[in-house]
Amino acid sequence: MTETVDIVLNGEPRAVARGLTLLELLQSLDLDPRAVVVEHNRAIVRRPALGAVRVARGDAIELVHFVGGG
Amino acid sequence: MISAVELVRDVPFAIGGRTFHSRLMVGTGKYRDNETMVRAIEASGAEIVTVAVRRVNLDRRRQEGILYHLDPKKYFLLANTAGCYTAEDAIRYALLAREAGFNEFVKLEVIGDQEMLLPDVQGLLEAATILVKEGFKVLAYTNEDLVTARRLEDAGCAAVMPLASPIGSGLGLLNPYGVRTIKRRLKVPVVVDAGVGTASDACLTMEQGVDGILMNTALAAAQDPVAMAHAMRLAVEAGRAAYLAGRMPRREVAMPSSPLEGMLD
Repeated sequence: MTETVDIVLNGEPRAVARGLTLLELLQSLDLDPRAVVVEHNRAIVRRPALGAVRVARGDAIELVHFVGGG
Repeated sequence: MISAVELVRDVPFAIGGRTFHSRLMVGTGKYRDNETMVRAIEASGAEIVTVAVRRVNLDRRRQEGILYHLDPKKYFLLANTAGCYTAEDAIRYALLAREAGFNEFVKLEVIGDQEMLLPDVQGLLEAATILVKEGFKVLAYTNEDLVTARRLEDAGCAAVMPLASPIGSGLGLLNPYGVRTIKRRLKVPVVVDAGVGTASDACLTMEQGVDGILMNTALAAAQDPVAMAHAMRLAVEAGRAAYLAGRMPRREVAMPSSPLEGMLD
């Protein structure tokens, strides 16, 4: 059984596999990294770095994109 | 067919060092469906199209961001900071938008009242100052107050965007004098943002001499958004042409258009 850690993803608590990278997190959510911007504990993680940053317990992660607006 | 604006030899419409074909900018919110939105934007002739930054909805199977519908090679995507009530929030959204987007332009909104969605000019100036230093081309949504508009220009904003009337109200241009004054006094482009309800509002707004208009609800909430987008395109062009042509003076009394001579006894 994989060990999990609790994080806050887009404002909701969620358990994810320990040691997961941000890129793997996006892949597990079926999200295209080119279409999403990742904010990790209030800091933007640029696309090339997504595979290098690992999720830790208590992390706050925001996944945003462009939607319709005026 | 030669367009009216070409006929009166307009100057190019440039913001932040970029030149655009259309003086009409449109939003992408509140359309009943994406197909209507795409067709309306096409009919509007707009090149600058605004978008918002929001959380990805993780509950859906397939994510459908706006970029699945709008080709970023065809349109200039202008991200906004709509929904932000502090300078700090607006800066955060602007940074996310720059990362998501294709340019360093941002339509800066810092809202100070939930009911009227009027700008918090203090927070706006604070955010604008910081974002300009961060290298953003800031288009600042503001009210029709000259002093705030001047301060936004002094802060380095690429354009100042006074409102015609509150966002989504469709009340039209409530203070033409205020908007005209801002245009007369500022060197940066003045683009009226928000409040236009129908084509006559857009035409009247452009007749004040402003550089452009941004609208969203006027199209999205029209009975036929595509037909209204066409009407707005014509209205913006007509208003611009009329401004450049220079209207006749207003008179309090009539003046006959037909000769007084040659009348029968």
